[in-house]
Amino acid sequence: MSQLDLARLQFAMTSIYHFLFVPVTIGLGFLTALLQTGWHRTGRPELLQLTRFFGTLLVIGIAVGVVTGLVQEFQFGMDWSAYSRTVGDVFGAPLAMEGLAAFFLESTFLGLWLFGWDRLPPRVHLATIWLVAVGGALSAAFIMAANSWMQHPVGYTVDPATGRPQLNDVWKLFTNPVFLRGYLHVILASLVTGALVMLAVSAWQLRKGSAPLAFHATARLALVVLVPVILAAMLVGSELGVTEGKYQPMKIAGAEAQWDTCQPCSFSLFQISGGKNDMTPTQIIAVPHLLSLLATNHWNGQVLGLNAVQAQYEQQYGPGNYIPNIFIQYWSMRVMAYLAVVVLLIGLWGLWLLWRKRLSGAHRFHRVAVWAVVLPFLMNTAGWLLTENGRQPWIVQGLQLTANGVSPSVSTATVATSLVVFLLLYAALAVVALVLLTRYARKELSPPPAADTPVPALTY
Amino acid sequence: MALATFWFIVTAALWTGFFVLEGFDLGVGMLHTFVSREEPGRRAAINTIGPLWDGNEVWLIVAAAAMFAAFPAWYATMFSGFYPALILLLVGLIVRGVSFEFRGKSDNPRWIRTWDALLTTGSLLVPLLIGIALGDLLHGVPIDQSQEFTGGLGDLFSGYAVFAGITLVLLCLLHGATFITLKTTGEVHDRALWLARRIAPFTVLAVLVFQPWTHSVAGGGVLPDVLELVTMLAALAAGWLLAERHEGWAFVATTVVIATTILSFFADLYPRLMVSSTNPAFDLTVHNSASGAYALKVMSIVAIVFFPLVLAYQGWTYHVFRLRISAEQFDVPEAARD
Repeated sequence: MSQLDLARLQFAMTSIYHFLFVPVTIGLGFLTALLQTGWHRTGRPELLQLTRFFGTLLVIGIAVGVVTGLVQEFQFGMDWSAYSRTVGDVFGAPLAMEGLAAFFLESTFLGLWLFGWDRLPPRVHLATIWLVAVGGALSAAFIMAANSWMQHPVGYTVDPATGRPQLNDVWKLFTNPVFLRGYLHVILASLVTGALVMLAVSAWQLRKGSAPLAFHATARLALVVLVPVILAAMLVGSELGVTEGKYQPMKIAGAEAQWDTCQPCSFSLFQISGGKNDMTPTQIIAVPHLLSLLATNHWNGQVLGLNAVQAQYEQQYGPGNYIPNIFIQYWSMRVMAYLAVVVLLIGLWGLWLLWRKRLSGAHRFHRVAVWAVVLPFLMNTAGWLLTENGRQPWIVQGLQLTANGVSPSVSTATVATSLVVFLLLYAALAVVALVLLTRYARKELSPPPAADTPVPALTY
Repeated sequence: MALATFWFIVTAALWTGFFVLEGFDLGVGMLHTFVSREEPGRRAAINTIGPLWDGNEVWLIVAAAAMFAAFPAWYATMFSGFYPALILLLVGLIVRGVSFEFRGKSDNPRWIRTWDALLTTGSLLVPLLIGIALGDLLHGVPIDQSQEFTGGLGDLFSGYAVFAGITLVLLCLLHGATFITLKTTGEVHDRALWLARRIAPFTVLAVLVFQPWTHSVAGGGVLPDVLELVTMLAALAAGWLLAERHEGWAFVATTVVIATTILSFFADLYPRLMVSSTNPAFDLTVHNSASGAYALKVMSIVAIVFFPLVLAYQGWTYHVFRLRISAEQFDVPEAARD
């Protein structure tokens, strides 16, 4: 493998890993804040116990999310120095803003929340968990603004002296249509993740029969959040597809393995082959007009085929292969979308049980809900593969090729070594985090503190 | 070009903030097993920084992001050139960061010993490697005309750079020991004070050598300037104050030492960002590596709005957690904690 392949592999691995934890912390952050708000309003002791129970899971997630985020920030310079040198003027700004406006907020108030239980007035302490949640969501906004600029660069001019993009309108970064839809999609996906984690833990506890009243409350909260949020995520995701189809036609054509331009276009539910320049995939089941609808919002919309876009790009950018890996595009799109339907069905099943007041005893549902915890992680990963693989071979769409973004001064052996180091370290971290999370998710609720003593701090 | 200089000052301020705040966290990390033989005492030491360390570490993240945004060439050349050292730094930061959260999650002695060792090692690696990296910026590494690093691993370990790393480790050790002294009572307090007084002579000696050395590497001769004199005097004062058991003032002194060490280092570096040992004409400077005027203006506005806010709420956090803590508070088995 070349330095380029290894650097890409490393970025893919560390990003996917980082984003296993990020949505948990954003989603569970808001849900924990809701629990504490409920306790603050009603004074029901089990809501305090639940706040601290899910807060502990949240903090384990944040710990791994934070330390793996460091790697993300450093590797732009380490592996992609030519990229950083070229686009730092534009891309660096949202990263610096993230630190100043969001990350300081999240980290500082997390400390205050954890250790401030017995030091802060209850109302102020409640505000700290909300600031943690808001800080996490704000963080994601700046990162998504930076990422969206790589998908659809806006708000810059090219400096004639250096040939590098220079920021000339920061507002455009935050009104970028890819950003607006992409960010909303990420926040909704995070809430789906948080809700499914909360649902799985609650279902496990309900099955075990410990604190049935308390965990019925969190199962209900998770379901009530889950169903509207997964529906919204599907709608926004579909809108995002249309927007990306406009600016990155390869991404959408690749997701359907659509080699030839079509109008109207059918959507293949399942097909064999179509990747690796195989232009005659066998569509097993095709739904007429659905691709036109998904990609253009029109019943008879035209979708440019990969070959047409390739010819157009060769004219525009010179000879080369501008087609991303079709196998990854096609299947990541389907894994994400199909699993979303599964999640929606699970959510509706749960709501129906809730409505019939049979949620506590529904053992089959509990078993399914526990295992459903893997679904959001598969969906999130598939979603990012779809987005990032679909941008290839560009590192910034139309501005710089990924192959031209790697560090010229770094050897293949160095990248290979670091890849092995991170692989081992991340594997060990995954085992520890998973063991701890499951252990704490299966713990019984700790007893509520006596009525007139202060709530003790969560210490190390 | 005035804005580029402003961002050089912001970057220097962020690194200074990082070492002033995270400096004692790193010291506590290195020393936590030495201030008590018993688990409650060690937990007390770690909990002195419990609510603070995460917010403090953000200074590092923002410092790196500021370099990326304001001086993309600096970020690109430095981070790709120092690649192997940064891998080790990241490993240190990662194991250290999770060990806070993980070590107390079980009462198994082997589990605790493992995370203690990782916390200590990580906390040692971070100032050592950042110190070496900063030293390299000033000492110079091979950089060619197109601002690319052309050297190998060996070029990162000049005598000066290694000494910069050791000096920062010693500064963090003294700063951390003084901090534990200030924040605890009982046996932990006494042992931390004892340690601080033993560490002080080494730190003072390192500072007395490092400051003139820096000045001479920067090309200013061995006679230190005012800021460097302040560092050296504050270091001597810190040693004396610890001997006299003036804990609060000793902490003020170690804060001044660590802050002026970093500030004077960046003052000596200016207007260079990264010295090329190949040819002075290839130096990265504030002038040839900065982002465009518009990007710098936007970020200046963001910094001017948010910096005071960050200082305010971080300052308030320190006020909230101002009380001393004792080992007895932490004599609780894991099962009884949330």
